[in-house]
Amino acid sequence: MGAYLHVDHLSKTFTRGSQETEVLHDVTLTIERGEYVSIIGHSGCGKSTLLNIVAGLVPATLGGVILEDKLVNEPGPDRAVVFQNHSLLPWLTVYDNVSIAVNKVFGGKKSRAERHDWVMHNLDLVQMGHAKDKRPAEISGGMKQRVGLARALAMEPKVLLLDEPFGALDALTRAHLQDSVMAIHAKLGNTVLMITHDVDEAVLLSDRIVMMTNGPSARIGEVLDVPLARPRKRLALAADATYLKCRQRVLEFLYERHRFVEAA
Amino acid sequence: MNMPVLKSESLAAIPSPGPAAPAPSGAVVTLRLPKARFASKLKPRLTAIASNVLPPLIMLALILTVWQILGSRPGATLPSPSKIWTEARDLITDPFFVAGPQDIGLGWRVLTSLQRVMIGYGFAAVIGVMFGTIIGQSVWAMRGLDPIFQVLRTISPLAWLPISLAAFRDSQPSAIFVIFITSVWPIIINTAVGIRNIPQDYRNVAAVLRLNPLEFFFKIMIPSAAPYIFTGLRIGIGLSWLAIVAAEMLTGGVGIGFFIWDAWNSSRLSDIVVALVYIGMIGFVLDRIVALIARFVTRGTAAS
Repeated sequence: MGAYLHVDHLSKTFTRGSQETEVLHDVTLTIERGEYVSIIGHSGCGKSTLLNIVAGLVPATLGGVILEDKLVNEPGPDRAVVFQNHSLLPWLTVYDNVSIAVNKVFGGKKSRAERHDWVMHNLDLVQMGHAKDKRPAEISGGMKQRVGLARALAMEPKVLLLDEPFGALDALTRAHLQDSVMAIHAKLGNTVLMITHDVDEAVLLSDRIVMMTNGPSARIGEVLDVPLARPRKRLALAADATYLKCRQRVLEFLYERHRFVEAA
Repeated sequence: MNMPVLKSESLAAIPSPGPAAPAPSGAVVTLRLPKARFASKLKPRLTAIASNVLPPLIMLALILTVWQILGSRPGATLPSPSKIWTEARDLITDPFFVAGPQDIGLGWRVLTSLQRVMIGYGFAAVIGVMFGTIIGQSVWAMRGLDPIFQVLRTISPLAWLPISLAAFRDSQPSAIFVIFITSVWPIIINTAVGIRNIPQDYRNVAAVLRLNPLEFFFKIMIPSAAPYIFTGLRIGIGLSWLAIVAAEMLTGGVGIGFFIWDAWNSSRLSDIVVALVYIGMIGFVLDRIVALIARFVTRGTAAS
């Protein structure tokens, strides 16, 4: 028996014409069930590519992804993605955006009433039940991201993939959403793989932080365990020694050893 | 809450409110407030309507006056508005009269033309969206077909007519084919652009959900490309209305185009002017209808 999610010797090379660029080099990573793992690195280090390969949206050049002892190489609802820019379908209401996923995944397994309840249950989970009849254009950025999260949760994924889910939000909204995600993770025990470029976010939310070196040919530079007890409280942690030490480690990695080289 | 307000309103309508109307003063105040609000709402709305309707009416009156002056000079070749009114009064006032097999109101003729347009345009819409989808989805179909379409779309509708007459050997399908071939190109091209512009995010969502091609087509592609598709449909309906008149002039039979040709041959210039006004109005209405449908269908997509 291997790990729950196993990324095995993964390399990715993009070919444009005769030019080949290796984005990821020999990335190996295992994630246990219920674990919350963040991947952090400078922009262009291929962390989004890594997530897209796990999601199956981009094929790997070498190596592969194994989920529950099965090779996965195409997208599917067992690896639901929360995209950076919410990716809600603007012509559907909030409710329909979630129900399109529920109907597709549970179409044959649940009755119509059960599916309705499941949509509402997930909308309530992200506190968006009140806005179910609104269209994405009528709600704020943070609310859209909540609905995106509800859509992903509603697929009951084995792994929840978050692609910089809070990147486009202001600091206060981001904090609210981070708290929501922590609460949901505590309640449901999801396995989560999150891409981020925010050090505080990574330390606050994760059990482990995977730090990527700069591209091209990015690889895993260091993996840091975050031994903070859950539930974690934002305010209490601000002065916590372990929290500060973890934060310091990530900052050192990003800004000293692997400083972002512009126009490399 | 509603009851006392309603009651006092009916009471207030009576001109002499004696001591028999002991309306509570609070109710009177709440009554006056919405009334004042209604009036203050109505006034700007009326002004808005007036500022939209009055300018074209004034311009129309001006144009008609100038036309009247020019048309009533001795030796004028074209009839003046007053002359048109006296000569073609039956055509203007009653669009749906039937006085004989060839002497019918313009409404009937327009309906016949509209029927042809609807068939030809209907085919163009369905086939245009289908082809546009294929071209938008496939890079190779795009490279292969786009240059050909770009050449074909510049061919005048009437240039197709002899070919289609030769192919169909009948005027009715030929006219319909001309409508089709005229309006199909903007629909194809705009649909293809719309499909190509579907954000990668929506494709990713569809991939994660494992939508099958049919679900993808109806749930993602069509709604996402709808604003583009409707741009094509709107250009298409305009072009087909342009083409029908020309096609009917040549193919004959019943229809607004043939009516103009017939009127020209019997020197009924006033009738022609009336027919032109009809054509313009119907074209305008067709365009508005497609625009309205577009606004209804794309209300979500356009807002983002």
